[in-house]
Amino acid sequence: MSDSESVDPEEVRHVAGLARVDLDEAEVERFADQFGDILSYFDALDEVPETDREADLANVFRADEVREGLTQAEALRNASDSEDGRFKGPRVG
Amino acid sequence: MAAENPPGDGRLVPDDFDDDHAAFLTVQRVAGADDGPLDGATVAVKDNISTADIRTTCGSAMLADYVPPYDATVVERLKTAGATVVGKTNMDEFGMGTTTETSAFGPTDNPTAPGRVPGGSSGGSAAAVAAGQVDYALGSDTGGSIRCPAAFCGVVGIKPTYGLVSRYGLVAYANSLEQIGPIARDVAGAAALLDAIAGPDEHDATTRHDTREDLDVDGHPADATSYADAAGGGIDGLSVGVVTDLVEGADEAVVERFEAALDDLRAAGATVHEVSLPSVETAVQAYYVIAMSEASSNLARFDGVRYGQSGGYDGDWNESFATAREAGFGEEVKRRVLLGTYALSAGYHDKYYRQAQDARAWLKQDFDEAFETADVLASPTMPVPPFELGESLDDPLRMYLADANTVPVNLANLPAISVPAGETDRGPAALQLIGPAFGEERLVRAGSALE
Repeated sequence: MSDSESVDPEEVRHVAGLARVDLDEAEVERFADQFGDILSYFDALDEVPETDREADLANVFRADEVREGLTQAEALRNASDSEDGRFKGPRVG
Repeated sequence: MAAENPPGDGRLVPDDFDDDHAAFLTVQRVAGADDGPLDGATVAVKDNISTADIRTTCGSAMLADYVPPYDATVVERLKTAGATVVGKTNMDEFGMGTTTETSAFGPTDNPTAPGRVPGGSSGGSAAAVAAGQVDYALGSDTGGSIRCPAAFCGVVGIKPTYGLVSRYGLVAYANSLEQIGPIARDVAGAAALLDAIAGPDEHDATTRHDTREDLDVDGHPADATSYADAAGGGIDGLSVGVVTDLVEGADEAVVERFEAALDDLRAAGATVHEVSLPSVETAVQAYYVIAMSEASSNLARFDGVRYGQSGGYDGDWNESFATAREAGFGEEVKRRVLLGTYALSAGYHDKYYRQAQDARAWLKQDFDEAFETADVLASPTMPVPPFELGESLDDPLRMYLADANTVPVNLANLPAISVPAGETDRGPAALQLIGPAFGEERLVRAGSALE
């Protein structure tokens, strides 16, 4: 098990960017400390023997037939905004 | 119509509804069918289980105003069985916690041990049952979230075998681990509720056992089964394996109650022997890596566009989504989404995620071996009595370690029941019985021998 050192705050910011979660500075500091402890605790997984893990998988299909789903109004009713019966989102780039 | 009480905290609980322990987030009654096996029974539903036209928040500010357009399959089944849904219960945000304190709507008190947490994440459901507000409640269990609150509140909870109960309409936290299950004041009650909710569902492929060529089953395991009838069935000759690895680190007062429960099982005709499962040593690590990884993917859907708190329209979509998620998610959710993103990111996937899957397969092997000599396995449900409210929020790792006895069951897709085992000086203790896959009848029979 490695020593529990803080994670580099820059790394926390990088991961937060990948996950699309803004963090304030206090959160970055706190997470950097905590992630060091938690990730070094996860290091024990290095000791796990390689194990055969062939899963038995089966496909589950249904007939490809049209059936009733949500109405447009039902699908849109939790959206913060919509336009012409469509979800309204922020601009892409 | 529900009225806010107390105003401003976001709970929709009418003034004349007695909710001293703050178990509910929304109180809104829906009557079920006129007759059925649960006719006249009242049920509380955890707030991550979708209810048509009733707000479903997952304990998160992100979904404070979210009203699903459809019922989860289990809710439909409750109504068909004649039950009345009373409302939605408090929970750790998106199921991420062991105390119900990560809820955006504030904590729930433990009716059995006031001033202490009710456990989590289904804390509101267990508290509502323990306080006698309802006959039954539904919880969900990803790493112990039914069994922990059942144990801390002194009631009965069952985590079903993966694939016994439909997850359609359950807001996903970690799909490969979670099941919806019953909480009740006695084993027979929990079994009756399980009878109502178990069964195949075309909307959840993992319940479609008829498609499994590798299993020797016709239809679904619950089809020809009455779990309620198994209660009181007697356990003469039952072989109980005590998982020593899950007893050794436990609180002394909890172990004392656990040993007394084992004596009761012996007195009822069971034999008890010790087993060791070396793989449980890395179960907590494997659980958190897998659950956080799945969570980071599942919670990507909360971007404030189709539902949830909007991030506005000022920036581009990445900026807008990051704003929505900063405002809508609490700290524990952010922590798990970030750690899951980290564990799946380039360069770390093999180190964390792949090794966690090895640890999961290793556990399954260990359990298979243990069931060669034991009908059921036993441990304390929780290694500790309920924490005091506010005691452990600042230390996430300490909180994760409290899940040591419950997470192996989810990783191995097995069923388990938590049954009260008396009181410590700090609140209830409980016995956990683990069964082989689809061994719920056996668990009900064994659990009821302790009542």
